[in-house]
Amino acid sequence: MEIRDLYRDVILDHNRSPRNFGRLEPADAEALGHNPLCGDSLDITLRLKDGKLEDLRFNGQGCAISVASASLMSEAVKGLAVPDVDALYHEVHALLTEPAHVPARPLGKLMALAGVHEFPARVKCASLCWHTLHAALAKPAGGAAMPTVSTE
Amino acid sequence: MNAALPLAAAGYVDAQGRLLPARVRADFPILGREVHGRPLAYLDSAASAQQPRAVLDAVTRYGELHHANVHRGVHTLSQEATAAFEGARETVRRFINARSTREIVFTRGTTEAINLVAQAWGGTQLRAGDEVLVTQLEHHANIVPWQMACERAGARLVAVPLNAAGEVELDAFAACLGPRTRLVALAHVSNALGTVLPVKAMIGLARARGLPVLVDGAQAIAHQRVDVQALDCDFYAFSGHKVYGPTGIGVLYGREQQLAALPPWQGGGDMILTVAIERSTYNELPWKFEAGTPNISGAVGLAAALDYVEMLGRERIAAHEQHLLHTATAQLREVAGLTLVGTAADKAGVISFTLKGIHPHDIGTILDREGVAIRTGHHCAMPVMTWYGLSATARASFGCYNTEADIERLLVALDRVREVFA
Repeated sequence: MEIRDLYRDVILDHNRSPRNFGRLEPADAEALGHNPLCGDSLDITLRLKDGKLEDLRFNGQGCAISVASASLMSEAVKGLAVPDVDALYHEVHALLTEPAHVPARPLGKLMALAGVHEFPARVKCASLCWHTLHAALAKPAGGAAMPTVSTE
Repeated sequence: MNAALPLAAAGYVDAQGRLLPARVRADFPILGREVHGRPLAYLDSAASAQQPRAVLDAVTRYGELHHANVHRGVHTLSQEATAAFEGARETVRRFINARSTREIVFTRGTTEAINLVAQAWGGTQLRAGDEVLVTQLEHHANIVPWQMACERAGARLVAVPLNAAGEVELDAFAACLGPRTRLVALAHVSNALGTVLPVKAMIGLARARGLPVLVDGAQAIAHQRVDVQALDCDFYAFSGHKVYGPTGIGVLYGREQQLAALPPWQGGGDMILTVAIERSTYNELPWKFEAGTPNISGAVGLAAALDYVEMLGRERIAAHEQHLLHTATAQLREVAGLTLVGTAADKAGVISFTLKGIHPHDIGTILDREGVAIRTGHHCAMPVMTWYGLSATARASFGCYNTEADIERLLVALDRVREVFA
């Protein structure tokens, strides 16, 4: 496994120029994700319309894998119905953790993350954004405290 | 007897008495392995130092020949195990020049040693409104136990600020010593920056006010001579695995009057003299603080590690590591986009750095693929990262077995990092 299997061009591109970076104001839901291993954190704000994830932004700092994964995720989930976001979340989780996972649906540019499972120390970097999005969708704003997830 | 003669004969030192790392490396079996098809360049001794054959063999020999429980049996093995365990305590005493083995308490490591003092001392001495003084560069192990003790007592944790180089200035320290300060807890050497603190002068200032001082020696013990009487500290904590010994064993040195005044910490076997349902009486020092069957093989391994360090010579190891530190610092300064984090005048063999536009975690992964092991992250010292406005750094650290070739491997691997992110 070569290092460029992890740092593919798509990953490096999304790290350099992250898509959907920033915050949505106002937002229907928000969650904060934290990776205690490296101290990185990630904030996701989103808007829902007719059961669909109309728009989202992510904010924060992190390594190339976590920034690129969040950027790729933001493109992939925009416009999806909430149950489809959850299905995609499970697919990506399998892609990140299982060797030679064959996705049940086309994952498009998210396949750039296929090299991560060979680097166990980096799985949490790539999955932090997905856990955070999952938490934001599970508990829309207006409730109690903003949900916070941790990779530990 | 001239200690340099047998060392020279065995190839450990050159004609000038300088350490020859090639010979030292031959004592560390793990340095012979490969990582991702490349020879290992181990630059993470500040996280955990590797163990020489002498330590691995001592632990194995203990298990094969002498193991039984200590302080209990009349049978031969128990007596041998007790002799080995208490002999290790004497080796520790000699290594740090404590007055008596009554001042040497075995713990799981530095963290447990500090927790012992924070709970036993804090639980009886801290009152509402009191202050415990630490510095901004402490490891979490020398922050959180005090925070917990302060919370219980309604006391406050205060941190001495740093200067831009990551040093603790004596004036800044003195300014933080107030009428409410009750105890001072200091790192001897910063794990995140490598800064060596002027602990002797700091202890002098604190002791002049009658304050007890605990020194977190985790990062100092393997890299310079530590003499607790010369330092005049009340407590000194360190871990076996930072000084080429096993994990799971560490030491709390405590000035005898201080330890004698503290209540027991954990209750159980070995720490008692008599037990009745109504009340128990406690054992003498140091066993009062060692409840339950201790890590006997760990203590045996630690003693072998300390003997090994003594054999090489702490001054020789320090000189070797200073040479590596200065060589690496000069070369890293030439790397485009690299910023050194922590530039104290007095540093141990620790170099923290960042690369412009590249997260430390990515540096660590790419270096690993090149066979170069470094630490990345906040180094369990988040307040010092916050101080620098960073979330993480990359950190290379040196031990007695590192060579200039390891530094070269680091530099080549950093080129690879910049290539991937070009």
